[in-house]
Amino acid sequence: MLNQYPLWKYILLVVVLFFASLYALPNLYGEDPAVQVSHRTKFLTADDQLIIEQSVKNLKSAELEQGRVLVRFNDTEAQLIAADALKESLGKQYLIALNLAPATPDWLRALNAAPMYLGLDLRGGVHFLMEVDMVAAIKRMEESLLSDIRTTLRDEKIRYRGVRRDDNGLHISFRELSHLQEAAEKLPRIFSELVFRETEETLTIDAKLTEVAIRNEKKSALQQNIITLRNRVNELGVAEPVIQQQGDSRIVVQLPGIQDTAGAKKILGATATLEFRLAEGTRADWESADKTGRTPLNSILYHERDGSPVLLNRRVIVTGDQIVDAASTFDSQKGTPAVSIRLNGKGADKMGDITRDNIGNPMGVVFIENKIETKKVGDTITKHRSTTKEVINVATIQGQFSSRFQITGLESQEARDLALLLRAGSLRAPVEIIEERTVGPSLGKDNIQKGFMSVIIGFCLVLVFMMVYYKGFGIIANVALTANLIIIIAVLSLLQATLTLPGIAGIVLTVGMAVDANVLIFERIREELKNGNSPQASIHSGYEKAFSTITDANVTTLIAAIVLFSLGTGPIKGFAITLSIGILTSMFTAIVGTRAIVNLLYGNRDIKKLSI
Amino acid sequence: MSHTQPVNKAMINFMSKRKIAMVFSLILISISIGSLVTKGLNLGIDFTGGYLIEAGYQNDVDLDKVRTALANADFKDAQVQNFGSSKDIIVRIAPRADINKATIADNVLSVLTSTSDQVVEMRRVEFVGPQVGDELRDDGGIALLVALGCILIYISLRFQMKSAVGAILALVHDVIITIGFFSLIQMEFDLSVLASILAVIGYSLNDTVVVLDRIRETFRSVRKTSAEDILNMSINQTLSRTIVTSLTTLLVLFALFFFGGEIIHGFAMALIVGVIIGTYSSIYIASSTLMMMNIHKQDFLVVAKEEVVDDAP
Repeated sequence: MLNQYPLWKYILLVVVLFFASLYALPNLYGEDPAVQVSHRTKFLTADDQLIIEQSVKNLKSAELEQGRVLVRFNDTEAQLIAADALKESLGKQYLIALNLAPATPDWLRALNAAPMYLGLDLRGGVHFLMEVDMVAAIKRMEESLLSDIRTTLRDEKIRYRGVRRDDNGLHISFRELSHLQEAAEKLPRIFSELVFRETEETLTIDAKLTEVAIRNEKKSALQQNIITLRNRVNELGVAEPVIQQQGDSRIVVQLPGIQDTAGAKKILGATATLEFRLAEGTRADWESADKTGRTPLNSILYHERDGSPVLLNRRVIVTGDQIVDAASTFDSQKGTPAVSIRLNGKGADKMGDITRDNIGNPMGVVFIENKIETKKVGDTITKHRSTTKEVINVATIQGQFSSRFQITGLESQEARDLALLLRAGSLRAPVEIIEERTVGPSLGKDNIQKGFMSVIIGFCLVLVFMMVYYKGFGIIANVALTANLIIIIAVLSLLQATLTLPGIAGIVLTVGMAVDANVLIFERIREELKNGNSPQASIHSGYEKAFSTITDANVTTLIAAIVLFSLGTGPIKGFAITLSIGILTSMFTAIVGTRAIVNLLYGNRDIKKLSI
Repeated sequence: MSHTQPVNKAMINFMSKRKIAMVFSLILISISIGSLVTKGLNLGIDFTGGYLIEAGYQNDVDLDKVRTALANADFKDAQVQNFGSSKDIIVRIAPRADINKATIADNVLSVLTSTSDQVVEMRRVEFVGPQVGDELRDDGGIALLVALGCILIYISLRFQMKSAVGAILALVHDVIITIGFFSLIQMEFDLSVLASILAVIGYSLNDTVVVLDRIRETFRSVRKTSAEDILNMSINQTLSRTIVTSLTTLLVLFALFFFGGEIIHGFAMALIVGVIIGTYSSIYIASSTLMMMNIHKQDFLVVAKEEVVDDAP
């Protein structure tokens, strides 16, 4: 008995097709305009949901998921009105983000079915690749160790001549051999992250970071930066952001649907922070220091925004790291923009002590911003680092500071940005945007439409061609091709792989190439028939002989696709994914699928002629 | 069911024209390499680094006006072109150090807005830093070589050496000519075109493997026929498959080219050229190489026999 399939194979096919259709189904439903509400510090509850539902109009539905409330609307107008209303009523501890939520019906969502995840080139948005300046991170670590060493030596009452840092590490110099020996004995016990080497002739100890310390520092700089970036992205109100590590020193940030890219870039890349220092000397001292370039030992020369000089103490009272909350407001007396600041316990104690002891003395607020930029001249790539430090405000201390106070001296946009940055935390090391891809929403829509169009047209052309060229068998191949398309979409939806424009191109290409397996089989069957074999025998040997050829041909394409995947930046990866999935599913549908139909139609029957 | 019928059916004698095909291929390759050496590739910003800004106007754009406005705004090196329609333009700017990156796209956009009474819409901004451009270029080259290497290994495991050499030559032939085509017409060569070339590698090989498979089968089943006849027979037997598959693939590629939008043009173009060249090469290059290497029946016999000889006392 030729050309009969056991029942289980039919059942397998029907089951596969059923589930594929089920999981491909969510893609047919569109998206709802939605507003996503979350809280800075806590998970939202059903009570919050109730409050939110009551404070918006025209909502379609609201749901609580992973501590966030998602409110759906029927149109974008209602969505925008609601977002503004929520910002107004909930206050700044809540984060409001506009979103497009898949309108998958509940029963499908219960099955974990979701539509394909669209890449930024299809939905619009920004993709940034950022590089963390590890040299700066290491430098920062060395500088903090330097000051720790100074403190330790002082605490241990070991006299030293000086400590300094350069590109070769840290250097401590002494006046007497006994001090050096004492330090050489004590320091390594406290600073395990450093390797010490003493030179008795020159009375110096050199210290270098260990490999492990460097590696750990790089790792934590990256992690810390990712956390900070995530906070900042949340502050910007972006739904479904992607913030991921890439390689040893890079971070990918993807913000779907964001419009103001310049603003986003400014916020994400900013390293701005504040330092509070006491001022030293009088205005006359400041001006003479500016002219002569000579500053007293305990102070550093800064400039205010208008260019006027200020001398500030070397010792920092409080840095931006000790700020736990910040908000932009207006100064109640002068009406100028201001940032209100709340310090953590340690910072507040120190600030309280110093302001209490220095009532009547001026204090300066220093605004610090780091920038790095990569330039390419000829073939050499160099990094340029620059730090801007300016004094935004010098004011007389009127009384002891508590943990809350406010600073002025900024423009209103600056005050807003600075408050956001202080809230989200500072970057451990400066970052540089080394790649950016922004797609406007209209182009995203165009891309989906055109991609979809080319799939449909390509698909129909192939259907017509197969039907004309292979008649009855062509129709069978077309059924398989349709099933293949459904399975590809189901697999992509299940994996939640990102669909990109090149990804769609991959699907189109698969449609063209998927019929190859059937072409190979059908040509073989025709050949066998020509050789005078019976229809049943021809079908049998046609499938059998074509099989190894099909496998060989597909494996080679698969190798190319896998290499492509490993090369992978975003969109290209999408192409490799759809191509690979398409190759695998097409082998299934073209070999098992068509055979099942052929067997069903022709198997175990007396056939005189095949429609091929 | 075996192929015992004589070689007398209506068959195209491909092998008799293989010298002409060789000359033709050599000419194409020479032109490609010549163009690559003299003109080089028109590399996109993916590989060179730089800025690309796509903007949509509501009416037709006067490109000269835009160029002048950009030059006046200190973007003298900006290249301005229409993109897809006369209402859309693309501005390319080489990487430069003297401007703040965060604002460059906005600066360009505000210059563009100043050239029109109506709203100019930002459609796309791409910035690739010099270090990323260099990496992508290196990675791309490596990916191409790795793909070729892996495939060489697979083919030499699956077939014997002569077939593998034939397949790889066909592959290199297709890749050089497709890249040469991009150099010749100076179409932009970006990351998606590179992806496309890798797909061409997969496709071209797919095609060649089918022919080689048949050659192996025919050599094993048909007796007392010259190698030339066997090659001809195999090519003819697979000819309709080769053409039908190329046709269906080309159908969808043309759909992609004409309906997929401007962004996908380079990608579709590389595949169209690759598929056409790949179809030709799977008919001629692999089999001609086999002829040149003097392929004969022994090459396809199962290796087990040799082992028996070795084991004999």
